[in-house]
Amino acid sequence: MTLQKFDIVVLGGGPGGYVAAIRAAQLGFKTAVIERENLGGICLNWGCIPTKALLRSAEVYHNMKHAADYGLVAKELGFDLDKVVSRSRGIAAQLSGGIAHLMKKNKITVIEGEGKLVKNNLLSVTKNGKKVADVEATDIILATGARARELPHLKADGNLIWTYRHALVPNVMPKKLLVIGSGAIGIEFASFYNELGADVTVVETLSRVLPVEDAEISAFALKSFKAQGLKVITSASVTKLDKKKDSVICTIEDNKGKTDTIEVDRVIVAIGITGNVESIGLEENGIKVDRGHIVADEWGHTGVKGVHAIGDLTGPPWLAHKASHEGVIVIEKIARDKGNKEIKDLHPIDKGNIPGCTYCRPQVASVGMTEQAARDKNIDIKVGRFPFMGNGKAIALGEAEGLVKTVFDAKTGELLGAHMVGAEVTEMIQGYTIARTLETTETELMHTVFPHPTLSEMMHESVLDAFGKVIHF
Amino acid sequence: MSIELFMPALSPTMEKGTLAKWKVKEGDSVESGTIIAEIETDKATMEYESIDEGVVGKILVAEGSEDVAVGTLIAILLEDGEDKSALDKMTSATVTKAATIAPVKAEKKAISTPSSPAPSSAPLSAPPLTKSVAGGRVFSSPLARRLAEQKGVNVADIMGTGPKGRVVKSDVENFIPVTGKASTQTVVISAEGDAPYEEIKLSNMRKTIAKRLTESKQTVPHFYLGVDINLDNLLAARKELNNMSDDYKISVNDFIIRACALALKKVPAANVQFGGDVMRHYSRSDISMAVAIEGGLITPVIKGAEHKGLRQISEEAKALAKKAREGKLAPEEYQGGTFSISNLGMMGIKQFQAVINPPQAAILAVGSGEQRVIVKDGNMMVATVMSINLACDHRAIDGAVGAEFLSAIKTYLEYPSTMLL
Repeated sequence: MTLQKFDIVVLGGGPGGYVAAIRAAQLGFKTAVIERENLGGICLNWGCIPTKALLRSAEVYHNMKHAADYGLVAKELGFDLDKVVSRSRGIAAQLSGGIAHLMKKNKITVIEGEGKLVKNNLLSVTKNGKKVADVEATDIILATGARARELPHLKADGNLIWTYRHALVPNVMPKKLLVIGSGAIGIEFASFYNELGADVTVVETLSRVLPVEDAEISAFALKSFKAQGLKVITSASVTKLDKKKDSVICTIEDNKGKTDTIEVDRVIVAIGITGNVESIGLEENGIKVDRGHIVADEWGHTGVKGVHAIGDLTGPPWLAHKASHEGVIVIEKIARDKGNKEIKDLHPIDKGNIPGCTYCRPQVASVGMTEQAARDKNIDIKVGRFPFMGNGKAIALGEAEGLVKTVFDAKTGELLGAHMVGAEVTEMIQGYTIARTLETTETELMHTVFPHPTLSEMMHESVLDAFGKVIHF
Repeated sequence: MSIELFMPALSPTMEKGTLAKWKVKEGDSVESGTIIAEIETDKATMEYESIDEGVVGKILVAEGSEDVAVGTLIAILLEDGEDKSALDKMTSATVTKAATIAPVKAEKKAISTPSSPAPSSAPLSAPPLTKSVAGGRVFSSPLARRLAEQKGVNVADIMGTGPKGRVVKSDVENFIPVTGKASTQTVVISAEGDAPYEEIKLSNMRKTIAKRLTESKQTVPHFYLGVDINLDNLLAARKELNNMSDDYKISVNDFIIRACALALKKVPAANVQFGGDVMRHYSRSDISMAVAIEGGLITPVIKGAEHKGLRQISEEAKALAKKAREGKLAPEEYQGGTFSISNLGMMGIKQFQAVINPPQAAILAVGSGEQRVIVKDGNMMVATVMSINLACDHRAIDGAVGAEFLSAIKTYLEYPSTMLL
């Protein structure tokens, strides 16, 4: 076994790692990626992408059920769960293969196995317990991602109690399902299984669903979930899971200490995620770990020379696009520090400009400050709202349920935040994200011509509403 | 399209100046940030940075030319791919055009830049950030333009840190108009009976220092704690480290920065900030170090110093101090900070009390290390001792916490191997 030498080695081939590797290769670094499972990481294999495939099936099924609303006739409706799942798996496999192709195209060496930091410029790679390589690099990017958080009394077994991973490849279509946690992951699975006919209950410890979203948007979504038959219990926690032969008896305790039990076929645990910080040689090399995440500065530097960290491993928001962006920044910073004059205008990521999307029905998307966050900062604000009901395209689509909300600084006109719930909002949020990144004020947004008829007109109207100029409502 | 470079206005009142020196010659390529010339007024000499990139096509005003009006075309840059023939066509036309518009431009600048600066929330350490205006469009975000308007400053005077030098929100927020020397107005007064004196208009840095430190002394209830530090172990460790390699030279101050950072981690109750009805508890030790610069002081920040080794701290501290003296600190390099260190030891000061740099809650004043007689186990002996004094904001840090924190600093400095833990 020989020592392989590189300029940059990335530990982990997820959306943070593989993007960092491609950028590194583009800048002329001899680059390698160490991946223990599948290129593309959780995002592509067990997260963002396969869930979107499942949710698309659910959406089409929903539309089929409502065919009559559109003057169409659809009979003998049904679904084949195995085929829904195999479509999702096929898409993940196709994209993972695409990443392998990108690695090859960029002449990036992919080393299969589990990497561990030996010292600040050396990693050892093992596969199935056998050492397969020693890899040396001037700079090492740690991008091992994260996994589902578990609690001692809420442990997944893959059979009756699932994490997202099991929920993506269900061994059975549950008739009754309990989802613990109403963040993006929990709500998306709740939405999927509910659409396919499961009797779904969601339990959330905080006082509202999708707790990171604007309170008004979260209340709007809750109303819609309930109308779809989803049962939601907030301000309560699951204190016990009692496994039977093919069911689980769940004890739910509210914040006053009152308990209740329900029996379900399956449970999905979606109570957050935790960084993959174990057995990659962090502490022994002086890398600080705080509450399951690596401590790194705004450039992703760990404080140990030549060792950087990006993505979920470094903490929230746990989003693929944040990881990818950090991957590019950390590589460009390394190149700039080595004297690359081409790298200009490099800035650390502005966490206030990272959009978040949840693909439940109705979809939820947001960027920037919530109304409450702005009020907590004592900012004098103007708030705009526009309902889907006032938009021609939304009505034509049969998607008249939703809301576009904007929050402005009353004094400066800065767009502090935008929050949307309704059809296709995840495809629209980038408009407001660009606006925030470019530091537009309400004036430019008002002067922008939005095409008619589109859902995006509501983004215009919401801005107009914030300043008392709304037209269609 | 060729780029025209005009005589810049280095201060709001400047109407003409001397083109002291060309730093480039025809045919040289320049990029954004290249120093192309030195411009002199009766008050100062300043460097003229290019904000564009290209090749110097023609120099129109000779080195040493005096009384060149602001706005006069002084040189032409050719953009990528342009050849010199493009130049011949335009020179004569533009020179005349420039000559006629020059006075107007100068007047416009004088009006649009207020001579009395707007109040600013920038920190004590904010250096003057101005840029040479080479004519043409100023790229700025809409929000930056609106903030500049509300603040009463000209966006063209602000150095942009956004893409391709675009002026963005944070640039306006951190901008303090006018600069030290260039705008200094001196009035010599000699009234009968009084001692003769000179009245020098305050620079913005001086105004900010005055405002912030007055606010600090008047509104922050300071209390002071002092201890003596036996430096013998530290000096031995330092010697050992420095003898090992020529790649670095660790200073006593580097040890103090690390000791403070670790002490803040050990006593998190001291890593706080008083915020009216809330208390802010920091989870990172960002150490501001006071650096004296011409006309004032500035406090560049070593971020997350508890995670940095002595060598890295040393390198960063050196680089930041150098940048500070050259007035080249970027805003993110001097803003923030959770704790300050002011070291006058190298100037022979035995001990002193420092004024807290708000909104921080504490500052350490470091005196010089000197040989003193100490008593140990009943015997007199000689040791190198340094007195340090901590000033605390009593609203945020109580006496016992301050004492615990100072004692943690003392332990790290007296037993430097504990900094390895």
